[in-house]
Amino acid sequence: MRAVPGRISPADVAHVATLARLDLTDAELETFVEQLGVVLDHIADIAALEVAGVPPTAHPLPLRNVLRDDIPRPSLNREEVLAQAPDTEDHRFRVPRIMGEAP
Amino acid sequence: MSTPGRAAMTALDLAGEVRSGRRTAVAALEDCLAAIAADDPEVHAFNHVMVDEARAAASSVDRKVMAGDDAGPLGGVPVALKDNLCTRGVPTTCSSRILDGWLPPYDATVVTSLRAAGAVLIGKTNLDEFAMGSSTENSAFGPSRNPLDLSRVPGGSSGGSAAAVAAGFAPLALGSDTGGSIRQPAALCGVVGVKPTYGLVSRFGLIAFASSLDQIGPLATTVADAALLLDVIAGHDPLDSTCLSGQLPAARAKLDGGVDGIRVGVVTELATAEGIAPDVSARLREAAEALANAGAKVDEVSVPAAVYGLSAYYVIAPAEASSNLARYDGVRYGLRVPAEDIGSMYGATRAAGFGAEVKRRIMLGTYALSAGYYDAYYGQAQRVRTLIIRDFESAYESYDVLLGPTAPTTAFRLGAKTADPLAMYLSDVCTIASNLAGHPAMSVPFGTGDDGLPVGVQVLAPALGETVMFQVAAAVEAVAPPRTPPKQGIEAR
Repeated sequence: MRAVPGRISPADVAHVATLARLDLTDAELETFVEQLGVVLDHIADIAALEVAGVPPTAHPLPLRNVLRDDIPRPSLNREEVLAQAPDTEDHRFRVPRIMGEAP
Repeated sequence: MSTPGRAAMTALDLAGEVRSGRRTAVAALEDCLAAIAADDPEVHAFNHVMVDEARAAASSVDRKVMAGDDAGPLGGVPVALKDNLCTRGVPTTCSSRILDGWLPPYDATVVTSLRAAGAVLIGKTNLDEFAMGSSTENSAFGPSRNPLDLSRVPGGSSGGSAAAVAAGFAPLALGSDTGGSIRQPAALCGVVGVKPTYGLVSRFGLIAFASSLDQIGPLATTVADAALLLDVIAGHDPLDSTCLSGQLPAARAKLDGGVDGIRVGVVTELATAEGIAPDVSARLREAAEALANAGAKVDEVSVPAAVYGLSAYYVIAPAEASSNLARYDGVRYGLRVPAEDIGSMYGATRAAGFGAEVKRRIMLGTYALSAGYYDAYYGQAQRVRTLIIRDFESAYESYDVLLGPTAPTTAFRLGAKTADPLAMYLSDVCTIASNLAGHPAMSVPFGTGDDGLPVGVQVLAPALGETVMFQVAAAVEAVAPPRTPPKQGIEAR
């Protein structure tokens, strides 16, 4: 048997929310601790499986790099793309301040 | 229903009538639009009906027919599109607030293929937000309802597409299937639904959920119609590096081939999986017996790793989703919640834009990929995926196709599983193994449950086994009990 991870804690959920850039309310955090715990309990059966000699499958197809000749061709219309952005300036996407942010 | 008999017209018949000039594409479209206007306020199959675009497309088909030109294999046939398929200049929302109002700057390759085949794109159908769910109740725009019984779900996540076909709003629809999202709603709505071999259909312009599992596929009222639509959308696409090339199977090649001598294995682990209702098991047994009577060699076969499919899936799919959905950051498209700095803007935008199930899956996936847990969850799930592929490949050494239930039960009531995510996840127990393996599988209606609602039987085949899969599915359809009119649906009024 392999080691099965322990039950997910409120601190784990808060940490994962930070990694995922999701602001959670206290109520959401509490609900997720419970619901993720139930789901993780159910899927713990695979964490306990002895499959050390089995190679992993990341994808159903044997992936290989696909190359094409370097010939220019039409791309997306820039105005059409930028028209969908929340904020633009001088044909660029405009974002809020990026310095001094945390974490 | 407002136009009796409309649902009886298949896409093949309609295309034939339009081609021969017996019926105009415009008249066929107006029938569908009238049905949508009458019944969709209750069913809510559509997020957006493309009235003007569809009328222009139908007129163009009629002009071609009048001029004696080829209108295409789907000339004049209305087709509904799941609202996670990009349509240039037409709202594409994934039933999420985070994409509300977004107009894609390009068409998905399947949309381009449909236009080229003469199809009339009629609208964008409702789904569980970002295709995450099994009931369409996770839509930010409200649930769809099962047209056969409006108190029940149509299944999901392609619930809007299945409901649209079952209600007669369109003879054909496209959905996407990551863990059963075409086959399960097809079963619950009494229509045919197909998940093709991974890579048979281009994913370009399909908004990604779990890229190693997602496939686009058809929903239709008959096996032959589903084959017609799959053959139109299948094929190599240079815009999708995971799209297959070379000799690809034709779904329609052997529809009339029968099943004499075909080896059919009923998968023990799927037939007896957690939560399979007795009436669903009974229909599966009857379908297997009917195939044996038609000449197939039917046996039970064990595919042991299939039972670990659900756990592996609920690690791999959320892990891939947590990465794919990182792009919704309020910078390039969709919703932005203004904030002082970019980090706060990301967190606030994603908190406001995503619904509870999407957040849950992002959290689950991020956790499974995070330091200290990666090997226990994601690494293990990838090894289980190998076992599933090996077990199925071993079964296909002795069988041409496999048989199982599609969904554990008939359509359940709205609200029955919304408070219990795990119970909802178990709806996928029979369908996810095909996604993990990359193999094709399809659901064919076969009789009804004790409640009178449809049951689906699932035909599974090895990679690129579409020809034999459709051959057996056509035989299942031929021996299935006649479809009875629904009691509490829109037909009853």
